[in-house]
Amino acid sequence: MAQEKTRGPRGQRGPASFKSMRQAAAPGTGKRLLAYLFRYYRARLMVVVICIILSALSGTVATVFLQRLIDEVITPGVTSGFAFVAGKFAGILLSMAIIYVVGVLASLIYSRIMATVTQGTLCHMRDDMFDRMETLPIRYFDTHAHGDIMSTYTNDTDAIRQMIGQSMPMFVQCSVTILAIIFMMLYYSIWLTLVVGVMIWLMLALTGKIGGESSTYMTRQQKSLASVEGYIEEQMNGARVVKVFNHETRSKEDFDRLNDALFSDSERANAAGNVLMPILNNLGNITYVLLAILGGLLVFSHAVNISLVGADTITAGIIVSFLSMSRQLTQTIAQISNQVSLIAMGLAGAGRVFALMNEAPEADEGYVMLVNAEKDADGNITETAEKTGLWAWKHYHRATDTTTYQELQGDIEMEHVNFGYQPDRQILHDVTLYAKPGQKIAFVGATGAGKTTITNLINRFYDIQEGKIRYDGINIGKIKKPDLRRSLGIVLQDVNLFTGTVLENIRYGRLDATDEECIAAAKLANADDFIRRLPDGYDTMLTGNGARLSQGQRQLLSIARAAVADPPVMILDEATSSIDTRTEALVQQGMDNLMRGRTVFVIAHRLSTVRNSNAIMVLDHGRIIERGTHEQLLEQKGTYYQLYTGAFELE
Amino acid sequence: MKKKKSENQMSLGEVLQVLGKSIREYKKSSILTPLFVAGEVCLECILPFVMAKLVDDLAGSSVQPILRYGAVLLALAMCSLACGFLSGRFAATASAGFAKNLRKDLFAKVQDLSFQDVDKFSTSSLVTRMTTDVTNVQNAYQMIIRIAVRTPLMMIFSLIMSFSINARMSLIFLAMVPVLGVIIFGINAKVMPIFNRIFKKYDAMNESVEENVSGIRVVKAFVREDHERDKFHKASEEVRQDFTMAEKILAWNTPAMNACLYTAMLLVSYVGASLIIRTGGTGFTTGGLFSLITYGVQILSAIMMLSMIFVMVSMAQESALRISEVLVYEPTLVSPANADEVVPDGSIDFDHVSFCYAARSKNWALSDIDLHIPSGTSVGIIGGTGSSKTTLIQLIPRLYDATEGTVRVGGKDVKHYDLVALRDAVAVVLQKNVLFSGTILENMRWGNPNATQEEVERCCRLACADEFIQQMPDKYDTWIEQGGTNVSGGQKQRLCIARALLKKPKILILDDSTSAVDTRTDALIRKAFAEEIPDTTKIIIAQRITSVQDCDTILVMEGGRIAEQGNHESLLAKGGIYREIYDSQTGAGRKEAG
Repeated sequence: MAQEKTRGPRGQRGPASFKSMRQAAAPGTGKRLLAYLFRYYRARLMVVVICIILSALSGTVATVFLQRLIDEVITPGVTSGFAFVAGKFAGILLSMAIIYVVGVLASLIYSRIMATVTQGTLCHMRDDMFDRMETLPIRYFDTHAHGDIMSTYTNDTDAIRQMIGQSMPMFVQCSVTILAIIFMMLYYSIWLTLVVGVMIWLMLALTGKIGGESSTYMTRQQKSLASVEGYIEEQMNGARVVKVFNHETRSKEDFDRLNDALFSDSERANAAGNVLMPILNNLGNITYVLLAILGGLLVFSHAVNISLVGADTITAGIIVSFLSMSRQLTQTIAQISNQVSLIAMGLAGAGRVFALMNEAPEADEGYVMLVNAEKDADGNITETAEKTGLWAWKHYHRATDTTTYQELQGDIEMEHVNFGYQPDRQILHDVTLYAKPGQKIAFVGATGAGKTTITNLINRFYDIQEGKIRYDGINIGKIKKPDLRRSLGIVLQDVNLFTGTVLENIRYGRLDATDEECIAAAKLANADDFIRRLPDGYDTMLTGNGARLSQGQRQLLSIARAAVADPPVMILDEATSSIDTRTEALVQQGMDNLMRGRTVFVIAHRLSTVRNSNAIMVLDHGRIIERGTHEQLLEQKGTYYQLYTGAFELE
Repeated sequence: MKKKKSENQMSLGEVLQVLGKSIREYKKSSILTPLFVAGEVCLECILPFVMAKLVDDLAGSSVQPILRYGAVLLALAMCSLACGFLSGRFAATASAGFAKNLRKDLFAKVQDLSFQDVDKFSTSSLVTRMTTDVTNVQNAYQMIIRIAVRTPLMMIFSLIMSFSINARMSLIFLAMVPVLGVIIFGINAKVMPIFNRIFKKYDAMNESVEENVSGIRVVKAFVREDHERDKFHKASEEVRQDFTMAEKILAWNTPAMNACLYTAMLLVSYVGASLIIRTGGTGFTTGGLFSLITYGVQILSAIMMLSMIFVMVSMAQESALRISEVLVYEPTLVSPANADEVVPDGSIDFDHVSFCYAARSKNWALSDIDLHIPSGTSVGIIGGTGSSKTTLIQLIPRLYDATEGTVRVGGKDVKHYDLVALRDAVAVVLQKNVLFSGTILENMRWGNPNATQEEVERCCRLACADEFIQQMPDKYDTWIEQGGTNVSGGQKQRLCIARALLKKPKILILDDSTSAVDTRTDALIRKAFAEEIPDTTKIIIAQRITSVQDCDTILVMEGGRIAEQGNHESLLAKGGIYREIYDSQTGAGRKEAG
């Protein structure tokens, strides 16, 4: 009977990564990510950048030294003998060794620092994201698929980890290398550099084209993967039906169709991805060959070579060193093109993480607080730290700088309340009701009549658009949300339990409750019996939302949880819907105990549960169409009467 | 029950053998891929060799050889490109096809599993095996037929080439290979257990997010935001610490590789240069020195790649194992040889039947049920949550096998029937009614694929579904969303009853399947059953007394036993549990009190 929710299946991974391929990140995402990195690790990142540059340069400069080894040692050595060049030889080898050692150390240092920076940043991000998520209004969770929210923690953070930890350092390193090589190339020959430039342009264009094709099919692959997964889940969940109808063969045929579609998309996506590297590598080879041919022609035609250091004739030595530089350059470009898609994915992930962080938190302008109170002989209320069972609203009046206390009664009024989840679709129309302290008010009506909506408004999961809701005469907008909610106990139809022991789950209602109090609450809810029969009794671990328990048992735990919280006002939204009538009769006594002396709002489709309410509201399409006690309503012979006699369907 | 526990873990060889059966029509691509990869590697290794010749001619006196060698080189590069391109295409086909066949085989196998088998694996684990695990194996497979072929070949070719240039200096590289190998595999061995730990902690952390997302109403209602934050920060911090540790160890990888490479280069430069000078350029050439260094880089980076492949493949190994576990699993519940194809009538007998879900635990869900239902009668079953009403009826179409005792349908042991024949004769409308995405007509034809429109409409009228279907815009062609979310609970139940009726079953079982239907319609449906299908045995499980009170026999179940048995009047007179339920529902007891 709860309102329709859009929930993604658990741990859905496919569609999320599919989105990360599609959506480009919002502008400014990269900047914000960098700001994130630098906020906590400014000094370390400086060291990292320096080390990356050192490590990149050491790789590039090595080529120069090899050149010098030939020109200054080998060539003269061959003619003049070993002794003549021995000093020079040792000097060059030593400088090479030093450069290499620096390079290795630099890369070790930055890799290790980046481990700390990457994981630290991710941890900060996760924590910030979770903190923000906890402050978001219920509306956010009702309007976003849960699978999507989950994937910001899984897929998106993973993509960011890839990007920060691997792609970004590599990108910097490759950029430095490329710049250094281009500079050296220009230093040797502008003509040959032009040839390399044209080939690089071709490589980049191809990367763009093939990469584009790859991501198109990747998207389609993810889509068909999602539909295959959806089909598998549908069939698994409906396995009983499949079996009792002997539908296996036809299920297989349908599956094969979807599976074939996935195959062809997957094949094409992978093919595009696979061919990119061979193409780039061999284009590198072709560049190499073209340079050699062109260089050879230039040498033989004695063409004038123009370089940064002036004009001269081209020599074989220049061409040889150019060749090795071009090889290094094309390899570096291939490396970068491999990182581009990872960086795009990381940015898209970061975009979604930041989008979550940008969501506006639940607004709370309340200032009235709920405190433990004591009453002296004269009836004066004073604040106290201990739990006294007596609660008071604490008002601070700014105008007079005074604080007054008012005893919590549990008197709730709604006056002419209008509400809709979306502005253009009104759900509740002119709802007015009064719940006096200690009364039990029931809501009855078909799915979508607005029963749950009313309870959503009392604890301000949603804010009303028109009308007034007062709690002990105070407009609930003036009460701090946490304090308002602490005064309201709630038991929902969809029970959510948390990973932990049974006892911990009951204690969720009040964190400082003793074991005895928790067990007493379980007894009250008639849950003690089944808990003791669990393998480890109260210490039984619950995982996966209490997957090992039946829906009825989970509801009993949820009632115990609310009982331990001991709030002055209770909302029971289909709290016993999955408990059979006989057990319910047993729970009923506990429930009656729980409800005694409290204001209670009850929603139930089983009318036996609401019969003894002080007032029953029959809702239809967001309006209260009948109200009164059970007997009064039966006498009216209206909708309630028809529901009660079973002439109407409730679900 | 057969004793088939998780047998000793399969060896890698067995796993490969099992998975290999799914390659089938993609064998060709799977073989062509490494062939083209080999071609590409070969050409890539020859290229520098020819290149050296061209470079030597740069100092020559004629343009002709340069152009000639240039043309050869271009042709080689083009061939290499073609090989690379084709190997990429074939690898994609082979791996995607292999994955397709794996999914197909898994799905087919899962269709044959009994519920006991499915429970053993758990539904979500089976879904993961069919999706994530297959994707992992697909990626690993592609890696193996491409990169895992390419890398060792590259290493071997490079070694051969470098030895052909200068054997003595090649030994330097050869000596570096084990050094680097030991370092890198040592790093991996150290990191793997940490990663396994991380995955667990990561899962726990995500579980906590999941709980917060789906239980946000509870978190907010109890004002537990701070509590949850603390919990999450702790989990997040643990992940951070372990992950940082692992990455810090992995950070040694590249520097170690570079250190080995640079050492080798320095040694080669020293030895090479000395050799050139000492021999006056006759024993060794400058060009040779350059080529040697190129090949050296290729050899050592191949080791790096090998370790990467090793990690990827060992990660996929777990997935491969999980897939083959399903593929080799023998379903516990199958049709016998020479099975009976005909179910003579709708009589049902339980001869001292006991049942428990898990073989090891002696937690009896049903104990000593002795029950005999004549064909064509109606039986009502009533009882509390967990009294095993559903368990009882699941034994009739053999969704589970009795642990002790015998279940007979039409006088014969259900184990002697062909499963299809038995399940065709027994129609069950389940507690959790499931409709599938498709039109109403398509959903109805699950009951009988050859049913005519008239037959469908007749059954829908019997189940009182026709009235609301006629009011829908597209009538019988109305599209039902996945899970039947666009019809009400009562409507869904009526559709499911109609679907079951289309099977023209000998036995019809309604498992709490009129709970959302209003009492008037409920009565109409029961009346239609009595009048239109008098020969069918009807079993009705219900919460409402009114739904079962007209049955020939009523069973009251409690704690897996039949607590009371009789008809409405006799049970009321008995004053037991049935009476208690009756009073609680009619409010007879409470009216006076309230």
